[in-house]
Amino acid sequence: MPTYHATISVTLRPSILDPEGKAVHQALQNLGHTMVEDVRVGKRIELTIDAEDEDAAYEVAETSCQKVLANPVTENYAIDITAASPSAA
Amino acid sequence: MARFGIVTFPGSNCDHDAYHAVKHVLGEDATFVWHQDTDLSALDVVVLPGGFSYGDYLRSGAIARFSPVMDAVVDFANAGGLVLGVCNGFQVLCEAGLLPGTLTRNNSLRFVCKPTAVRVERIDAPFTTQYAPGQVLSLPVAHGEGRYVADDATLNALESNNQVLFRYTDADGRMTDAANPNGSMRNIAGICNEARNVLGLMPHPERHVELLLGSDDGRPLFESLRASVNDAVPTSAA
Repeated sequence: MPTYHATISVTLRPSILDPEGKAVHQALQNLGHTMVEDVRVGKRIELTIDAEDEDAAYEVAETSCQKVLANPVTENYAIDITAASPSAA
Repeated sequence: MARFGIVTFPGSNCDHDAYHAVKHVLGEDATFVWHQDTDLSALDVVVLPGGFSYGDYLRSGAIARFSPVMDAVVDFANAGGLVLGVCNGFQVLCEAGLLPGTLTRNNSLRFVCKPTAVRVERIDAPFTTQYAPGQVLSLPVAHGEGRYVADDATLNALESNNQVLFRYTDADGRMTDAANPNGSMRNIAGICNEARNVLGLMPHPERHVELLLGSDDGRPLFESLRASVNDAVPTSAA
């Protein structure tokens, strides 16, 4: 079975206060990067998935996001699937 | 005698405080429930204690929710069993969907560890019957992720169903920003579910059950649970 890599970004919804992003923003201001207008901090999660095809791999990643990796109350997610093994190309 | 089960997840660290409060201070029956256990049939009350279950990986409570015991806790709660989640236990209850909303990073970005003033909003839940309405308690908080967040529709539903049982206030019971240790929306410190048998709160009632420890304001919460259990049990069963 071919192997795929799913790269998942989990980010706070725009309406949710991101105190970590604010702290990083302040640090960048202190560094002199006053042109940085806003900072949002999120998570990157990488899955290696054995699946029949890209759609099947995407589905595994998506249910993982819905049930575990992201909290729909506060977070959004985005999934990027790439083929990892030659047979998946 | 009321039977309390205290769940121990890998990384729980307030399980022994809860055990002490129930067993030695209240004088009721307390047992530890391992996170792999799935039989809660011998219990009247399930306590999800504070701590850092599974290292708080991913999000606080997110992994604990998939422990074998949690399916049993959900069934127990849905059957009307009393469930108390303190601190990390509150986070687990939200992740498990037993309570709405979620707990996010404190707006100060700091871990906050101090006594807070907490106002009792409602005494018509099995967790608060032994308090007076509007009573201001001293209860300690100790968390980095305790800021209660939910959308407006959820918050309005919590208010209209009287599910907000505890709020952060000043010592005189005034809801101020300064009295809010983590930036929780509407100063929410603890909520129950619609059926009123599941409570989650960030402050630690089990740490304030003896004057020796600075206050016993948390004790009536456990006494309320005991009273609820005793009222529910038919005397003929004794």
